[in-house]
Amino acid sequence: MQQKHFWRFVIGLALMTMATALGQSEADPPVSDTLAVADTAAISVPAPLPVTNLIARDKPNDRGYGISLSWDLSPDDTGGTQSVLGYRIMRSTTPDGPWDSINVAGSGDALYDHIGPRHEGDSGYFPDHTDMYYRVDVLTADPGVAVSSGVVGPVQSRGQWFNTARTVVFLFMIAFCGLVIWFVTHARRGKDLYVRPLAGIEAVDEAVGRATEMGKPILYLCGLGDAAEVPTIASFTILGRVAKRVAEYQTQIIVPCRDPIVMTVAQEVVKTAYSDAGRPDSYNPDSVFFLTIEQFAYVAGVNGIMLRDKPATNVYMGKFYAESLIFAETGTMAGSIQIAGTDEIPQIPFFFVACDYTLIGEELYAASAYLSREPVLLGSLKAQDYAKAAIIVFAILGFLATNVSALGGPEWLAGFVDLFQVRE
Amino acid sequence: MEFWNFFWTTVAAFFTLATFSFLYKDNPLYKIAEHLVVGVSAGFFVMVLWHTTLVPNLIDRLADGRWIYLIPLVLGLMMWFRFSKKLSWMSRYPMAVYIGIGAGVAIPLEMATKVIRQLNGMMRPIDWENFFGAGWLDVTAGFSGILLFVGAIAGLIYFFFSKAHTGVFGGVAKFGLWILMLGFGASFGFTVMARISLLINRIQFLDNEWISNAFDSSNEHYTVMYPILFWLVILGLVAYIVYEIIAYRRRGPEETAGTT
Repeated sequence: MQQKHFWRFVIGLALMTMATALGQSEADPPVSDTLAVADTAAISVPAPLPVTNLIARDKPNDRGYGISLSWDLSPDDTGGTQSVLGYRIMRSTTPDGPWDSINVAGSGDALYDHIGPRHEGDSGYFPDHTDMYYRVDVLTADPGVAVSSGVVGPVQSRGQWFNTARTVVFLFMIAFCGLVIWFVTHARRGKDLYVRPLAGIEAVDEAVGRATEMGKPILYLCGLGDAAEVPTIASFTILGRVAKRVAEYQTQIIVPCRDPIVMTVAQEVVKTAYSDAGRPDSYNPDSVFFLTIEQFAYVAGVNGIMLRDKPATNVYMGKFYAESLIFAETGTMAGSIQIAGTDEIPQIPFFFVACDYTLIGEELYAASAYLSREPVLLGSLKAQDYAKAAIIVFAILGFLATNVSALGGPEWLAGFVDLFQVRE
Repeated sequence: MEFWNFFWTTVAAFFTLATFSFLYKDNPLYKIAEHLVVGVSAGFFVMVLWHTTLVPNLIDRLADGRWIYLIPLVLGLMMWFRFSKKLSWMSRYPMAVYIGIGAGVAIPLEMATKVIRQLNGMMRPIDWENFFGAGWLDVTAGFSGILLFVGAIAGLIYFFFSKAHTGVFGGVAKFGLWILMLGFGASFGFTVMARISLLINRIQFLDNEWISNAFDSSNEHYTVMYPILFWLVILGLVAYIVYEIIAYRRRGPEETAGTT
């Protein structure tokens, strides 16, 4: 009985080997359009029907170097013989080939974006404004069975100047910039713009005074963000104010930096603040220094400064991550008054529990306007408030529209929500 | 584990314990760990910067003939004018370009992700089935949708800066602050749990990687040096603790307690 099974296995193996060899020899020549190449009788994988309605066009709203392909699935993909394993995307610079295999899309996929690198010489590069031809081969479990679609083209890729999918962002930016210009103009004309008091910022002067009385320095951290990040930029403004007070009171400031560019900007800010206070000679360039860029090594260094120099006040303004509680806890142990502000939501609770004053999120940006009283910043703050009011109105309208629509109201109301969708 | 692997594991264990000693106070062991990690990381950063930024993003591209990269090269070189008193003003130009480009890229991105997408997220339909109809099953789930919307609006009102928080407006702002605090509390608990898992990971390192290997005689590379290294570290720590106790008795708690 076992011997019988063995011979069946040997014969089956021999037949499979022959079938594979036949399939391979037929597959070697280029696959012609809409022509199935297979010995279906030998391997029992039926040739599927080709894809239809293949469309190739420049990928919209991109930087170029992208072609979007779409097609109707082979009838043998989800139905029919269900023999489709995937779709091989082929590309050529002429309609007659030679063809390059770009990628394989899975069965059921009817879309593919062919996106190449921008730089000549990189693997897969293809230039913009150059004719390209595409076809899609339907693949089966048998490598010898592949059915090609018709060739489409020529098609050229090109970059777009305007991303229409982000029109809503553009309109919001225009509206917001308009508000900012309007209020800045009003502030420059001398109109008094009210800013509600922020406890954390009002404490800055008190904290500088305390440091002066105690004869101890003020430690100021600009956070772990880059110089170009918005919270770091806000932090520079607050640093300018603190440094000016420090210069006026003739006390000392220590600014250890984690980023070399942040250090450079912070040096400029502190130097300018000393000049503004009329004490340029008191400025010590070594008070703003680079420590290290590695996060927890920076934390270790700052902790050491806190414990050895025992600053009277620690000010943390900017972008902070996992080190926030370590800073704040060490500062508490060192007996310093602590004022913190960050827009990193997960870190705010840590500052809350360990600092005397905490600026929550946007208060950090408001603080810079509140401190400097500059028309540009005050105008921006006022514009932000109006923008927030508009957002609240839109949110309420959108909420009502989507819920009325969900409760059986007119469907066009749900379309209102789509106006605020940012597509990729 | 081979001997030199165990040696470096022992070094790592020593610095782990030295860092933990900060929980007592600032001390020489912590200072050694601190200065080493700051110095090593600063030096390491220079090499990382060279190999991952300057070489692939500047030198290789210039070598490929992409001359547009001469602009960042010149801007980078201008930063060095900081060391000249007369020409230090030139270093402000690359800084201005850097911050300007950063802000220009960040602002539309922030507008898209932190304003418009959030606004769109607020416009969600409530699952009214929870209140009436066939549902009547989970009223709290229905309320959570309403609470999220109302909380988001109240939170926004808290961040109005050009109007005093008084009267009804102040009440809504206060409700917004409460909502924020609820969120912060949940976030705090969640993050503390994550930190505890980091501590557990470090304790597991000491146990599995260091202590276990120090006494694992089934290790084919095992020698008497393994436990000797282990006990050297332990003895060093014990010696320091004894020294601190003696210092505490001689000088009193106020001078030795340091930070606490």
